[in-house]
Amino acid sequence: MQSPSSSNARTAGSRGDAGPGRAAPTPARASAVRGTTQRRYSYWFYAPAGVVYGVIFVLPTLISFYFAFTRWDLFESEWIGLDNFRQFFSEQSLRSSLVNTLVYAVTTSGLKVVLGMLLAIVLTSSIRLKGLLRALTFFPVLVSTVAVGITFSVLLQPDFGIVNAALAKVGITGPDWLGDPDTALLSVAAVDVWKGVGLATVIYIAGILSIPRDYYEAVEVDGGGAWTQFWNVTLPLARPATFTVILLSFIGGLRSFDLIWTMTGGGPGFASDTIASVIYKQYQAGFYGLATAGNVVLFLLVSAIVFPLARFFSSREVDL
Amino acid sequence: MSAQTLTPARRLRRLGTEVLAVGAALVVFVVPFVFIVLTAFKDEFEASDLTFSLPTTWPVLDNLREVFAARDGMLLVAFKNSTILTVSSVAILVVLCSMVAFVLQRRPGRVSDVVGALILSGLIIPPAIVPTIWVLQKLHLFKTIPGLVLVEVAFSMSFTILLYRAFIAAIPRELDEAAVIDGCSSLTLFFRVIFPLLRPVTITSILTNSVFIFNDFVNPLYFTPGDENATVQLTLYNFLSQFSTQYNLLFMNILVITIPPLLVFVLFNGKIVSGMTSGAVKG
Repeated sequence: MQSPSSSNARTAGSRGDAGPGRAAPTPARASAVRGTTQRRYSYWFYAPAGVVYGVIFVLPTLISFYFAFTRWDLFESEWIGLDNFRQFFSEQSLRSSLVNTLVYAVTTSGLKVVLGMLLAIVLTSSIRLKGLLRALTFFPVLVSTVAVGITFSVLLQPDFGIVNAALAKVGITGPDWLGDPDTALLSVAAVDVWKGVGLATVIYIAGILSIPRDYYEAVEVDGGGAWTQFWNVTLPLARPATFTVILLSFIGGLRSFDLIWTMTGGGPGFASDTIASVIYKQYQAGFYGLATAGNVVLFLLVSAIVFPLARFFSSREVDL
Repeated sequence: MSAQTLTPARRLRRLGTEVLAVGAALVVFVVPFVFIVLTAFKDEFEASDLTFSLPTTWPVLDNLREVFAARDGMLLVAFKNSTILTVSSVAILVVLCSMVAFVLQRRPGRVSDVVGALILSGLIIPPAIVPTIWVLQKLHLFKTIPGLVLVEVAFSMSFTILLYRAFIAAIPRELDEAAVIDGCSSLTLFFRVIFPLLRPVTITSILTNSVFIFNDFVNPLYFTPGDENATVQLTLYNFLSQFSTQYNLLFMNILVITIPPLLVFVLFNGKIVSGMTSGAVKG
């Protein structure tokens, strides 16, 4: 975090003097140059981006707190107090979306942490073909979510799908992954992990490669094995990477919509509906006030989880 | 650590791990893509089996032609729309975000703290969809490509600014001072002196944002409904019901829209990975 102080205009950079290779100017002139330079960092540079961001992102976020309390058809709105929220928490279909969203976010981020770490350890070890393996795990990150969703909904079909066909070969009758209310949400979560684990892996690889080799050698000198190396060196020192992976996949998981929408449409029934898919359904049905209330609920949920989590993580990172 | 110093037993164990790792990766990460290609190359009857087998006939070009001809050439229109959307969004993002990142990194203080907090909020807070539609409608930009461009720019801004800020931190301030002594104004300082130095991170941000925006499904779904302004991701969605019995065409469509990200991946994999990890870790 930067230290906020209005007087650091002149001391900014605090390098004492001009860079190497240049004769040092007198302190007075140096500070004059700094001051002039400082004025070249014009706050006007914020303006174009600020206008777009303000109008398209900040303004809608703010007014959502008004329209969430209304019955709204985009042209006229009628204040109905807490009715939308009452409906959100009383209707079974809407309430279960809250639980589903949490289950989905926790499952996907948990699996991405574990599998991402595992893959990263394999892919930073001394095995050959590392480059190929890294590329293979990362490519799904770049493929469109809709394409992945459609492909996997075919692969996971109960009768013909190749997943169940392969299971049948070893004598297991696979379930109707996406058609059974008990497995639908978790099947989509698994595909989400398949698509996203490559990103977690490259973040972990970057984290692991930044750990100085000396630590591993120290463990070896002390006679510790691979497990000690993992438990006492890799795991604690890759903690920033773990925090990043958790935060990213939690934010993504809480918002996730496209994969669920293409694979199950929230079904069967509303077994795999998340808040984001409920928002879309209410929007399609023309309940704009209710959809906006869903957005506010999602906003509150994300803020209640992610902001404290981020603060906790950044406080822990200082301890390292 | 080299292979020569390993004992035969360890070498064998390593070979075992390698075979296992490559085998698992092939099954888990390659089979789905091979399935897409195989199904896209089959005729309609064979594709409906959904089996993992080689096609007996190869109507590749016929399938390709049919996918592009469907719905009066909707896919072609969608490719045009997606290209316009991606190119203009990314161009605007690069200019606007590099400017913000420059001042943000160079001029810490209360204003920049507020800006920084807004940027972090942009990464975390989910956009309010229907109010955004309302705002776009007031601006007469709802259901238009320019409106969608603004949406993509606003939603990708935080990530792109953080990407640039991390890079700008490594450019020495003495350069700015020298340019100012030479009489540069704010704009010439940035666009003539600093911006050219940002080339590596500009390339990374172009690639990463292009893939994200080209692949985006949710925002086009909400903000440009209808055939006329459909993007490629929506064609897939629209075709889903139409092709529900014509899996060969559905998967040919998937294949066609996966080719642009595949090209980016093959040519610039390293750049994208570095962009995503540095942006992510700094975020």
